[in-house]
Amino acid sequence: MDLIASHISHRFGDLAVLDDVSFTVGAGEVVAIVGPSGCGKSTLLSILGGLLQPTSGAPELRGAPPADSLNPLTFVFQDFALLPWASVEENVEFPLLHTHLSATQRRALVDDALRRTGLTDFRKTYPKQLSGGMRQRVGISRALAVKPAILLMDEPLSALDSQTRELLMEDFVRLLADGGMGAVYVTHNLEEAARLADRIVVLSRRPGRIREVVTVPMTRSERGEAAAREKLLALQTQIWSLIRNEAIDAEREVQHA
Amino acid sequence: MLDRAATEIAKGGVTRRVRFRGAGFVPASSRYGGWIALALVIAIWQAAGSIGLVNALFLPTPAAIVRAIYRLAISGALWQHLSASLLRIGVGWLLGTAAGVVVGFAIGLSRMARSVGITFISALFPIPKIALLPLLILWLGIGEEPKIATIALGVFFSTAISVYSGVDAVPRNLIRMAQSFNVPFATIVRRVIWPGALPAILAGFRITASVALLLVVSAEMIGAQYGIGAFVLQAGNLMQTDQLLAGVVILSVFGLAVGKVIGWLETRLLHWR
Repeated sequence: MDLIASHISHRFGDLAVLDDVSFTVGAGEVVAIVGPSGCGKSTLLSILGGLLQPTSGAPELRGAPPADSLNPLTFVFQDFALLPWASVEENVEFPLLHTHLSATQRRALVDDALRRTGLTDFRKTYPKQLSGGMRQRVGISRALAVKPAILLMDEPLSALDSQTRELLMEDFVRLLADGGMGAVYVTHNLEEAARLADRIVVLSRRPGRIREVVTVPMTRSERGEAAAREKLLALQTQIWSLIRNEAIDAEREVQHA
Repeated sequence: MLDRAATEIAKGGVTRRVRFRGAGFVPASSRYGGWIALALVIAIWQAAGSIGLVNALFLPTPAAIVRAIYRLAISGALWQHLSASLLRIGVGWLLGTAAGVVVGFAIGLSRMARSVGITFISALFPIPKIALLPLLILWLGIGEEPKIATIALGVFFSTAISVYSGVDAVPRNLIRMAQSFNVPFATIVRRVIWPGALPAILAGFRITASVALLLVVSAEMIGAQYGIGAFVLQAGNLMQTDQLLAGVVILSVFGLAVGKVIGWLETRLLHWR
């Protein structure tokens, strides 16, 4: 199943946020969206996931989702969005409760998702008892439980410390390794984008337009090798040069606001 | 490394300790402090009465109040008055709470209900509900109904306000999360909004329990033969101040008991906080 951003523009009142953004996320492909602060990255993701109605244009799907997918477009949120009154396993089971699945089938999906994210021993724990990294693991586990075709990840690591970020990045690389699941990965961190994405969509300053789409010229498994480090660094420098001046302008704009 | 650090410390010069500035602003109540203070006040009060420092008519001693409660209990009058008040509070509170929860949720979830509801609530909430009792008597007769309706009205407005405030306070990201998984509206209300609003709703129950107590006493003072409010008024008219304060103590104990029940509910239902 492909996800297509088709001529998406969006305004909040008088403020133009996105302007004619079009690109396609192919099946199993990971596309990162980067750009200066306030360029509409998260807005674009909300539109792609059907949580926000664009002013013009539309998100579209092409092809059928995998037969066992319960929620083809599934979000992983920056702030985790966990139900604080529910335990880890209840949080993971939450999106399955309204489906046609029996309790045994739900249990199997929850067990599998918890196992894949290393949360099996924490199933009865409540979110407030977990660290930020573990909470995000619960968010990822919940997303995996519905067998998504495409993960929509809105700066999923930005609320975490650098060590936890590194560990979760390894998890993302592992989860996306087999190509069965695609992702749109919104981030301001160019290193994350370069390590995870097949292509990187670079947005301009507000209103966000596509400045360039950069293809990462190696597989994700190759990126772990020492030889790839320099190439990735060069790629990050190339992308940074595209957005640096606009990032400075955006920063000043935020301060003036 | 450690050796070097030790050498640097030993290098000389006068040292002085950094003054601790982080004390205070963390009030923690001691478990027995309140009870000890209460016992102390009662003891001083009793002593002042016993040695004749205070006229017993103006301020009966705690022992006299206890005796008055005992006499009320064995005569059966206590249960007669208490049961009448409890019935009015119970029915009035339940009716007001049920209506308040329904209207509060409607205001919290529906744009139309919000526009209409908030206007009416803002206009009617500040009215002292006891002022409506004569009108309610005119409408509903002189039986239990107007007293119950007065309590229900008082409880309704506070409940509706706490419920819609609670619904408003549910983090929107949790609702968006549920929507992103195509969770149906009713399930979002039941599994996201209701538990998310529960802390505010239970806090509202604390307020409405006090409102109900206040209104039952006022209503019974205006027009009732039985009930703690009627009993207190009658005792005051007859200058039986020990009985008057016995009624006040009973009200206080009732208020404390309700507070304990709500505290227990909070512990059970909000353990995740």
